[in-house]
Amino acid sequence: MVLLKLFLSFIQIGLFSIGGGYAALPLIQNQVVELHGWLTLSEFADVISIAEMTPGPIAVNSATFVGIQIAGIPGAIVATIGCILPSCVIVLLLAYLYQKYKTMTVMQGALAGIRPAVVSMIASAGLTILLLALFGSSAASLQNVDLKNAGIVLAGLAMSFWLDPNPILIIGGAGVVGLFFYVQGTLSGPARAIVDAAAGALVLLSVVLLAIADRRRRRAS
Amino acid sequence: MDKLDKHGNKLVKLFTSTMLISTFTFGGGYVIVPLMKKKFVDELRWLQEDETLDYIAIAQSSPGAVAVNASILLGYRIAGVPGALVAILGTILPPMVILSVISYFYLSFQANPVVNAVLGAMRAGVAAVIINVVVRMGWGIVRQRKIVPVVVMLAVFAAVYFFKVSIILIILLCAALGVATALIESAREKKDGPSSDDDMRKI
Repeated sequence: MVLLKLFLSFIQIGLFSIGGGYAALPLIQNQVVELHGWLTLSEFADVISIAEMTPGPIAVNSATFVGIQIAGIPGAIVATIGCILPSCVIVLLLAYLYQKYKTMTVMQGALAGIRPAVVSMIASAGLTILLLALFGSSAASLQNVDLKNAGIVLAGLAMSFWLDPNPILIIGGAGVVGLFFYVQGTLSGPARAIVDAAAGALVLLSVVLLAIADRRRRRAS
Repeated sequence: MDKLDKHGNKLVKLFTSTMLISTFTFGGGYVIVPLMKKKFVDELRWLQEDETLDYIAIAQSSPGAVAVNASILLGYRIAGVPGALVAILGTILPPMVILSVISYFYLSFQANPVVNAVLGAMRAGVAAVIINVVVRMGWGIVRQRKIVPVVVMLAVFAAVYFFKVSIILIILLCAALGVATALIESAREKKDGPSSDDDMRKI
């Protein structure tokens, strides 16, 4: 019976969370913490931070997490299906309408009107992530700036505008650099000097390789 | 038979692509935009750039997670209802697997400094990727040399970022504005003389 309850509860979450991401949080909290008592408030806070740290939509993440805590893997599956079922039905219908009517003047006008707004919404989300990466939870000021992350952002920008690789490479590469900074931070003395020198050489080498790749590409085109 | 094979290949490609994209959408639904654009517009050429923006708008104003909704639209466009189902599966599988593993030892995961270092740096990478796609798409709109879209872009940014105006409200208003513009333009064209409907579609 708990499976059915999970299912019904996450259907409501899926149905009423419009706008994605954080819009779903109060709903999840209401269902999971207040109505059913499946998680305590502090466990719920943990779910949020884990959902932020891992890929994927926050609603799917919390459905999986809550489902497992309540009823193991079957619970996770049932909760996740419940959570995406409403979108499946509604968005499939919208997809059908979009494909059918997208050449109509009215539909064309509506979509053309929305497009610049969507770019701005993405920009707004991007700025939030950028500030979080540069300043963490502290106030935005020059003293607080995280220089390592600032370097990663600049290097990522240079790479993406210069070579336009798959964004996954940039995100994954940033993770590798983060791991390097962590390892470097734990070292001291000669070991650190060696690691620093090796990293410097690696950066130089990759700049040279990038330049060569860029030249080749230009010659090819 | 050959056609069936081709269709099957498309579904497999759709599944692996959405799965890969979903594994790297850290930090909310919008991160899916640069990933989707690279894979489906630039590499596979299954979509046009404008379509990705339309999908995000529809995904954003429908109930449910933006990334899941966007993958439904994408999958349906590429291979109908089976495509939508395959895309959903590809999108939800990685977070489900990752969260299942993590939920068994989540306290140690959350306190782990290595994990925090890697994820913090990845966030910086995500920021770079999003700035890139915003600049490219924003430039695409500025390049049209029309005033209204540029004004809309600036106003919406202020409304969303500073004033936290409801996104659904903004989408409805912009759609109404767009419909009004299109109707006025087509009325003006009729007055000025006959013009083919195809011209309207290009705008």
